[in-house]
Amino acid sequence: MADSSAGRKSVRRGLRQMPPDRVARLVLVPTIVACLIGYYGAIGWTVGMSFTSSGSLPQWEWAGLTQYIRLWGEPRWHTAFANMFLFGVFYGVGCLVFGIALAIALDQGVRGRSYWQTAFLYPIALSFIVTGLAWQWFLNPTTGLQHFVRSLGWEPFSFDWLSNPDRAVYTVVIAGVWHSSGLVMAIVYAGLSSIDGEIWRAGRVDGVPRWRMYLRVVLPMLGPVILICVVLLAMNVVKSYDLIVAMTGGGPGFATDLPAKFVVDNLFTRGNIGLASAAATVMLLTILAILLLSGWIQRRRV
Amino acid sequence: MIARTFRRAPARGWQIAGRIGLWAFLIAAALFFAIPLLIMISTSLKTAEEVRAGSVFLLPADPTLAAYAKAWGTACIGRTCEGLSGGLWNSVRILVPSTLLSVAIAAINGYALSLWRVPYAGLILGGLLLGAFIPYQVMIYPLVRMASQVGLYGTLAGVVAIHVLFGLPVLTLIFCNFYRGLPPELIKAARVDGAGFGRTFLRVILPLSSNVIVVALILSVTGVWNDYLLSLIFAGRDNLPMTVQLASLVGTRQGLPEYNVNMAATLLAAAPPLLLYLFSGKYFVRGVTAGAVKG
Repeated sequence: MADSSAGRKSVRRGLRQMPPDRVARLVLVPTIVACLIGYYGAIGWTVGMSFTSSGSLPQWEWAGLTQYIRLWGEPRWHTAFANMFLFGVFYGVGCLVFGIALAIALDQGVRGRSYWQTAFLYPIALSFIVTGLAWQWFLNPTTGLQHFVRSLGWEPFSFDWLSNPDRAVYTVVIAGVWHSSGLVMAIVYAGLSSIDGEIWRAGRVDGVPRWRMYLRVVLPMLGPVILICVVLLAMNVVKSYDLIVAMTGGGPGFATDLPAKFVVDNLFTRGNIGLASAAATVMLLTILAILLLSGWIQRRRV
Repeated sequence: MIARTFRRAPARGWQIAGRIGLWAFLIAAALFFAIPLLIMISTSLKTAEEVRAGSVFLLPADPTLAAYAKAWGTACIGRTCEGLSGGLWNSVRILVPSTLLSVAIAAINGYALSLWRVPYAGLILGGLLLGAFIPYQVMIYPLVRMASQVGLYGTLAGVVAIHVLFGLPVLTLIFCNFYRGLPPELIKAARVDGAGFGRTFLRVILPLSSNVIVVALILSVTGVWNDYLLSLIFAGRDNLPMTVQLASLVGTRQGLPEYNVNMAATLLAAAPPLLLYLFSGKYFVRGVTAGAVKG
């Protein structure tokens, strides 16, 4: 007992005598190790696993590209992969257009700006699970919007996208836009208010209409800010597992499946570890491509 | 003079039209954002018969909290019928250590990375942040294997460790950005006084950090509370938090679906982050836009 406390004291003294820069490096070691193992070790493991014949248990038995070939032979994966882009494009463009429009509207000096902002941004505090359940209830054809409009007397009204395999993915887009456009608004609004007033004065002197100033001058200036929004939204798209689970469960059929759900299902319920790892690797490559592309765009702008 | 008045007259007309359009847009947007929440609240106050008979837009004829009582205490999740009440306690048990640990570690990391000379500081931060961009699906299975090898899989400590691991990048970035903005004289002065790494942090830096700590805490609490996938996989059957229980409560189909109970349960699970958002205002906004505006 006395020994260990004396030991601790000497460690303390040692730390105190150590140059602080070295303490700073030492302090970072646990994070670096955790990160190397937890992120990069895990990523490497998954990529490696994708070249094996693993089924319900991981096995290091080389199988070349078998899992990838199997993956691209599965109709469900094709739907999921295509949905990622379909969902991503509509969700991304929807959030950007709507969010930027909201930010510009709030930039016109409206009264009670902070109340509007609160009302537009609150969904970001909710989980995708809650978002999905709320919209599922609202868009449910037998109880929600369609039922309501019909009960008003407009019988032929039809809005059954949630149960329509060709349309269901767009209902997820609506819910996603509802959840995330406030985020774009908040980021773009912060950018707008940091813009130098001189530019507006110059525009007024030259007689340029306000909307043209936004389109031609101000928004291009906000390019880097908008790029950040795009990256944040892209991350949401690739990660969006919860929203699908809560809203459609991937259905009807596999119509709203996404790679994120495909991977989790194959890992934990279907016991296709090799196949799931191949799918996860494709997700990884997609994200890396997006990051490289956005880095390239950023560099070209500077 | 005359020409000017002529040119102005239509401009004013346009201005009024623009103003009306602006307000119409704002009101329409506010309705779009509010309607799902209002419908959830209204549905949760109805009885099951009323939900089945009426439409979602009708207000409850006779508002009752029965659905909340059921969602809280007696609704069935799988085979157990104890409502969400147990989930709240689990959420708190996961939330408190996860957020405190990740914010504390992130603060020290950010301090070390931004105010001291660390070789490859940029690479370390970049490597950490890249991890935040990678989907969980790419890392989750190996992490399950690792956790079960050290006996953490399906335990409270395991799910806390996972939350800390995935919470660190963005939180560290927030602290880095904040500390980089501090005047470097602070550190130099502390150094002249003979204060080392730890003492400078405790005596000089920490007292200045209250705002950024609030921002980081809010971001971390919301993130952990709203998490579904990580808790579902790592927490184990006895520790499932409220968000996971909500999903399985709604997914449990026995007899007729009770939408009023589902909506009450959804609101119960959504309430903590929502209240946090309403009462913390600008701190919350700063958290979710972290790194975006300042990075």
